[in-house]
Amino acid sequence: MTTLDSSKEIQKNNSEVNEKHEDFRMFGLITFLIADGMTFAGFFAAYLTYKAVNPLPDGAIYELELPIPTLNTILLLVSSATFHKAGKALLTDKNSDSQKWLFFTAFLGIIFLICQLFEYFHLPFGLTDNLFASTFYALTGFHGLHVTLGTLMILIIAWQSRINGGRLTSKNMFPLEAVELYWHFVDGIWVILFIILYLL
Amino acid sequence: MTISIDPQKTNNESLQPKGWLRYFSFSLDHKVIGIQYLVCGFLFYLIGGTLASAIRIELASPMSDFMPRDVYNQVLTLHGTIMIFLWIVPVVNGAFGNYLIPFYVGARDMAFPRLNAVAFWLIPPSGLMLVASYFVEGAAQAGWTAYPPLSITTPQSGQIIWILSVLLLGGSSIFGGINFIATIIKLRRPGLKLMQLPMYCWAMLGTSLLVVLSTPVLAGTLILLSFDIIANTGFFNPVLGGNVVVYQHLFWFYSHPAVYIMVLPAFGLVSEILPVHARKPLFGYTTMVFSIMGIVVLGLVVWAHHMFTSGTPPWMRLFFTIATAFIAVPTGIKFFNWVATLWGGKISINSAMLFSCGFIINFVFGGITGVALAQVPFDIHVHDTYFVVAHFHYIVYGGTVFIIFSSIYHWFPKVTGKMLNEKLGILHFIITFIGFNLCFAPQHWLGLNGMPRRVAEYDPQFQFVNQISSLGALLMAISTIPFLINVFLSLRNGKNAGDNPWNALTPEWLTSSPPPVENWEGEAPLVEEPYGYGKEISEQK
Repeated sequence: MTTLDSSKEIQKNNSEVNEKHEDFRMFGLITFLIADGMTFAGFFAAYLTYKAVNPLPDGAIYELELPIPTLNTILLLVSSATFHKAGKALLTDKNSDSQKWLFFTAFLGIIFLICQLFEYFHLPFGLTDNLFASTFYALTGFHGLHVTLGTLMILIIAWQSRINGGRLTSKNMFPLEAVELYWHFVDGIWVILFIILYLL
Repeated sequence: MTISIDPQKTNNESLQPKGWLRYFSFSLDHKVIGIQYLVCGFLFYLIGGTLASAIRIELASPMSDFMPRDVYNQVLTLHGTIMIFLWIVPVVNGAFGNYLIPFYVGARDMAFPRLNAVAFWLIPPSGLMLVASYFVEGAAQAGWTAYPPLSITTPQSGQIIWILSVLLLGGSSIFGGINFIATIIKLRRPGLKLMQLPMYCWAMLGTSLLVVLSTPVLAGTLILLSFDIIANTGFFNPVLGGNVVVYQHLFWFYSHPAVYIMVLPAFGLVSEILPVHARKPLFGYTTMVFSIMGIVVLGLVVWAHHMFTSGTPPWMRLFFTIATAFIAVPTGIKFFNWVATLWGGKISINSAMLFSCGFIINFVFGGITGVALAQVPFDIHVHDTYFVVAHFHYIVYGGTVFIIFSSIYHWFPKVTGKMLNEKLGILHFIITFIGFNLCFAPQHWLGLNGMPRRVAEYDPQFQFVNQISSLGALLMAISTIPFLINVFLSLRNGKNAGDNPWNALTPEWLTSSPPPVENWEGEAPLVEEPYGYGKEISEQK
């Protein structure tokens, strides 16, 4: 049993007990976002294949107007910036500033969703009209679901960053950083979606 | 930022139930979760095996006399789905991964213990839902691939339950994958280098990358398919202008990597078992690592070889044939490495070793038919015949399930502190090996002669060979009896194993059997040479 003995020696040599470890929650979140991004990649691939292979049938209407989605793109890009401001404010212990920026970001998210719904109700086609209509609603709907979840999470961390009793402080930045990363991810997906769905 | 663990908090075990009850609890202990995965998976294996027996009874005669045709379709769909998503994927990843990876990286638990428990507890409800769908207007009938338009035109409720169940299982798989990647990359004990990790860690890292990159695509596809079924959209419905081939591309983008998700961990496990029982270092560690990563990369770009008869254009056929043939290279390297590990070793003939050798033999057959199937002209000839069924079962049963049994014989002493009975184990191996080859080897012939798969009735000329195959299936069913007897007897009054019955060097054997709650008393050992078996002998001299 020489092997066991030698391993015990190794154990003794490294006697400093290591009970601290790195915070890898962010690493896990990034891995999750890669996975989530692959779902969108699948949708985009399907849409682009349809566009290349399946022609629009005769008489089918698939027209998209640009003003609302352009406004939405600007809204989301601005919200990414305001979120960043919130993080900066929290880092310097300006909790109330941070909370203001967070509420403003959530407000932009809600405006985005309202604009999206407004667009849905004014489009000349419905979910089951044709292949492209279905894909349009599936893609924007799935993205809208992400924005909805993101907005809810922003509201939660905005509540948590209140001055008395909030869990979000400059020492506990992770919830804010996590939601911020998620929000940037959702924005990035929207930019790709905007290019593929509206501009191409 | 670092997280420090309060020592008083970690010693507080009273929050977790003790004894048998903890296996039914939302336990955060990676060892408990591993056993939960294994036992839950095995129960579903018994259900899936019963369904397989039903299929073989039906196919013993050319007419559909044992069950109606639509029931046959439901049975084969449930068999495929249960065996893949509820037995092999959870057990070979979840069970052994959760049990072994924290030991191998020198950690006290997985990186995200709660996520781990959530990932496990998604499995029983979705599995029960899937089985129960049979009793609610019938289960899904479109096979485990759920190709539209078949999945759109068959009864809806079963198909929707199937989709929901597979989505939940996919979620479980993704959570597990995230956890494994974080554990292997981030949670290694200080001083342990990547190239010192036991091979199973590398296999699980590769597998988890595949899980994280490909499973979400399946999830998205199934969501679109459920829209087609419920909301009357036309993504994959040709009548409404949709495109069925897009479904096949998206589906196989997950489901070809899924084959590697099922078989790469088995590669890792066999690389742990062979050196221990042959008393030799694993041959070619570095080439093993690179071939695993090669399989991961190539595995993502070969999916359309399942679709050579789906009107794929010539350039696509050429590309996917070549890419698939390339996969044989890293796989072949691994094979030669295993054989070279055995070569000249001091081999002990025990159940774990026998099942591992059975794996090598069976997998060579599966691998060779795999290379054959990658060639377009041959594939078009045998597409959707029993040749494909034989090939697939040689990979997942002859390959992975043999390794699952081998691993159970190998790690049972560690988990329970008791040895399994070797005589019953060898009996189990002999019946399984003969039964398996008797069941699936004749199916190559059936396929070459044109017997289509997934059909309850067939040309009477195939009856004799089908009966041989059914006899093999009967032996396979019988083979679980000595195994179950063995497990129950050994749990009760098996020989005490001691901490390290195999004299193994990998870290999980350097703690007590069964291991304590946080794996080690004190510091985790630093194992720089998990396969340094030759040195042990020279030290003794």
